[in-house]
Amino acid sequence: MDPSRKRKIRLVVALSAAVLLAAGLVYTSFSASTEAKEPSQILHADPGHTYQLTGKVVPGSVHHSGDQLDFRISDRDGSDPIPVTYTGTVPDPFAPGREVIVTGKLENGTFVGERDSLVTKCPSKFATTTTGRAS
Amino acid sequence: MPVEVRHHDHGASQLTLLGSALLAAALIAGLYAAGAAVQGARRHDRRWVDSARRAVYAVAGLLTAAVVILEVAFVSDDFHFALVADHSSTTTPTFYKLTAMWSSQEGSLLLWAWVLSLASSGVLYMTRRRHREIVPWATAVLAAIGSFFIGLMIFKAQPFARLDPAPAEGTGLTPLLRNPYMAVHPPMLYSGYVLWSIPFAFCVGALISRRLDASWIRTTRNFALCAWTFLGIGLLLGSRWSYEELGWGGYWGWDPVENAALMPWLVGTAFLHSVMVQEKRGILKVWNVGLICGTFCLCLLGTFLVRSGVLQSIHAFGASTVGGPLLVLIAVVAIGSTLLIVTRLDGLRPERRVDSLLSRESIFLVNNVLLVGLATVIFWGTFFPLISEFFTGEKHSLAAPWFDRYVTPLGVLLVLFTGLGPLFAWGRLSGDAARRLLLWPVLAAAASIGVLLAVSDAGGHPWALFVFGFAAFTLVALAGEFRRAGATRRALTGEPFPRALATAVGRNRRRYGGYVVHAGIALTLIGIAASSSFQTNRDLRLRVGQTAKVGDYTIDYRRLSADPRNERIAFTAQLDVTRDGKHFATLNPARNYYPTQDPSAGAIGRYFMGESTSEVGLKTGAGGDLWTAFQPDVSTLNPDIVRGNRMLANAGPVAQGIAIDVLAQRYAQHPPPASFRVIVNPLVGWIWIGALIGVAGAVMAGWPALESRRRLEAAYRARLGRELGAANPPA
Repeated sequence: MDPSRKRKIRLVVALSAAVLLAAGLVYTSFSASTEAKEPSQILHADPGHTYQLTGKVVPGSVHHSGDQLDFRISDRDGSDPIPVTYTGTVPDPFAPGREVIVTGKLENGTFVGERDSLVTKCPSKFATTTTGRAS
Repeated sequence: MPVEVRHHDHGASQLTLLGSALLAAALIAGLYAAGAAVQGARRHDRRWVDSARRAVYAVAGLLTAAVVILEVAFVSDDFHFALVADHSSTTTPTFYKLTAMWSSQEGSLLLWAWVLSLASSGVLYMTRRRHREIVPWATAVLAAIGSFFIGLMIFKAQPFARLDPAPAEGTGLTPLLRNPYMAVHPPMLYSGYVLWSIPFAFCVGALISRRLDASWIRTTRNFALCAWTFLGIGLLLGSRWSYEELGWGGYWGWDPVENAALMPWLVGTAFLHSVMVQEKRGILKVWNVGLICGTFCLCLLGTFLVRSGVLQSIHAFGASTVGGPLLVLIAVVAIGSTLLIVTRLDGLRPERRVDSLLSRESIFLVNNVLLVGLATVIFWGTFFPLISEFFTGEKHSLAAPWFDRYVTPLGVLLVLFTGLGPLFAWGRLSGDAARRLLLWPVLAAAASIGVLLAVSDAGGHPWALFVFGFAAFTLVALAGEFRRAGATRRALTGEPFPRALATAVGRNRRRYGGYVVHAGIALTLIGIAASSSFQTNRDLRLRVGQTAKVGDYTIDYRRLSADPRNERIAFTAQLDVTRDGKHFATLNPARNYYPTQDPSAGAIGRYFMGESTSEVGLKTGAGGDLWTAFQPDVSTLNPDIVRGNRMLANAGPVAQGIAIDVLAQRYAQHPPPASFRVIVNPLVGWIWIGALIGVAGAVMAGWPALESRRRLEAAYRARLGRELGAANPPA
C-alpha cells in the first residue's frame, strides 16, 4: 500500500475513534448526571426524582440525633429553607452557614439525603468569607 | 523597616500604605518592562531589551518587599491589615501565621505574582545573552502576565486593605487549614501553575519571531520539568490531606478543584514527552506549541476555578471579584495563541514522518493521545454543569462513577505505555529486537496475573488485574533498561557492574531519571487500583466496651477521653485492634470542636456548634492501611448546653471555661454510642511512596541540566563563532 493512502486510512481510523469517544461522552454524561436544584426550585420539582440539593445550611438548624443529622438548607440568600434528614459521613467543613450539596429525594416536604452523599465546598474557597467581612 | 509594629502603632499603621505603594510601583515597573521589551523586539534594539529585563528584576524586588511586609504583619499580629485580622489571631501558632497568607484570595494572588516575578527574573538572567529574537517577546509576555496579577491586587482584591481602628483580635485560621500538608500544598500548586508560564512565554516568543526550531524547548525544558514536579507534589499533598484530615477516607473525589489541578498536569505530562520527539526527530511541532498553550490556559483556568466558585453555583459567578478579569485573560491567551499558531503553520512543518509503529515516537504519540484524551474527559465532566445548563437550561452534574468509567480504561492503558515507551528506540525497531525486549516484561505480566488469579479474588476486578499485570510489565521493562545500561558499560570498560551502572546512569540522568519517574507512577497506580477495588469499608456504632469485626481485624472501643483546652474541645476514642488473636495496634481517632463566633449558638453552645475537624486513627503498613474516623454523638449534651446557655450567658470566660471542662469530662465518662468509620485499605500507602519516588526521579532528571547546558552552550557558541567568522564571541 502506498504511504499516503496508509496515512489517510490511519487518520480516518483515529478520527472515527475520537468521534465515537466524544459521542459516548456526550450520551453517558446526559444520562448519568443528576440535576442540581436550590431549595426554592425543589419545592416545585418532581417528588420521586433524585436531585442534588445545593444551598446554605441554616444557622441554628443543625441537630444530631443518633446517626441521623437533621438540618435545613436555604437558598444562598437565606430564603426558602427546607428540612433535610441525612445519615452517613459528615465532611469536616460542614457547619451552619456553609454551602453544601446533598443528593436525594423530596418526601412529604422533607428532603431525604442518600447515605454519604453530603458534600461541602473545599475550604480554601470560603476561607475569605468566614467572618462575613467583605474585603 | 519597623519590626516592633505592635508597640509602635503609628509606625505600623503606615505599613499597609507602604505595601500598596510597593504594588503600585511593581505595576508600573511591570508595564514598563512589557512595553520596553516590545519596543526592543520591534526595533531590534538591545538596550530596550536590557532595560526591560532589569525592570522585571525590579518587579521581583518590589514584590519580595511586599511579601515580607505582609509576613511581618502576620507574625506581629498587626490587625490594621484586614487580611491579618481575617485569617490569623494572636493565638494562631507562628508556623500557621506564616502560611496564613495564602489561605486568602488576596494573599494567593500575591504569591502567584511573586513566584512568577522570581521565576521570570531567573529565566531572563539565564538567557540574557542568548536567543536574541525570542527573549524580548518572552520578556513582554511574562511582564504582561505579571502586571495582570499585580493589577488584580490593586484594583480587585487588595492584600493591603486597611482596618481602622484595628480590631483587638483576629478571626484565626480556618481549623481545617491548620495542617502541615495544607500549609505546603497551595504554594506547591501555585508554583506549578506559575512555572508553566515560562515555557509558554518562550513558545509565544518563538512563534512571534518565527524561530521555530527546538531552541525554546531546550531553554525552558527544566522550567517545564519543575512546573510539572511542583504541580505533582501539590496534587500529592492535597490527596494526602484529604485522606488524613477530611474524615471520609478517600484521597480523590473528582471535585472540580482537584480536577483543575489534574488537567494541566496531564497535558503537561504529554508536553514533556512530545517535546522529546521534536528535539530528536523534528516532528510534532504544531502539537507541542498547542500543548504548552493548552497547559497554560488550564493553569489559568485552575486558578480561576479555585477562586471563582463558578462550578458549584452559577450564582456565585460575579460574586467573586477576580473571576471576570481572569476569564478575560484566559480568553485572550486561548484566542491569541490559536491565532499565532495558525499564522505560523508554515514554520511548523514536520521535518520527517513517523517511519514505523514500532518506534519510540509512535509510542509517545499514543501516550500523548491518551493523556490529552484523559484531560478532555475530565474537562468535559468538570464543566458539564455549565455545558448542560447552556443546552438544556438545567444544571446537571456528574459524579465519581461517570469519571471512573472513562478514566479507568485510559489510565490502565497508560500504565502499559509507561513501560513500552522506554523499551522502544527512536526511528524504527526490528521485529526481532522488539520480541527480545518484550519477552521478560510480557512473561512478568502474565505470571503476576496468573498468580493473582490463583491466590486472590482479583478475578472479580478485571481493571485492577490489568493494572497489576501492566505495572509488572513496566517495572520489569524498566529494570531491564537499567540492567542493559550497566551491562553495556561493563562490556566496554570492564568495570564491576554496580560502578558501571552508576556511571552509565549518571551520564544520562535525564533519561534514567525519567525511568525512575515511570517506576514511581507504576507503583502509584498499583496503590490506586488496589485501594479502590479491594477496600473494605464499614460504618459502626459502638458503645464503650463493645467490639466489632472488620475484615481480619477485631476493633475494641476501650474508652473516650476529653481535652477541652487549646482553643477547641477534643474527644478522642481509644480503639484496641487485634488480628488473629494478637494485638495489632492502638488507634486514637479524634474529633475536635472549634468554637463559633455565631452569638445565636449561646454562651456554652457556641463551643459545640462550630466547626469540627477529624483526626483519623491510622496504622500504615506496606501491605495496607487500617483507617479509622470517629464521630461522637454530642446531641445528648443538648439539655446541659441549653441550661448552661441560660445560666452562664453573662459569666466571664473563666466560669465558662470551667463549665465546659466539667461538661466535657462528664460526657467522656458516660458517653452515648458513637459512630466509627473503619476502612481496610490494601496497598494504599504505595500511592504516596510511588509519588515520592517519582519526585526523586524528576529531581534526578532535572539536575544534570547544568552540565548538559554548559555543553550545549559551548556547542552553540562554537557555531555562532563559526557563523560570525570570529574565533570566540564575547562570553
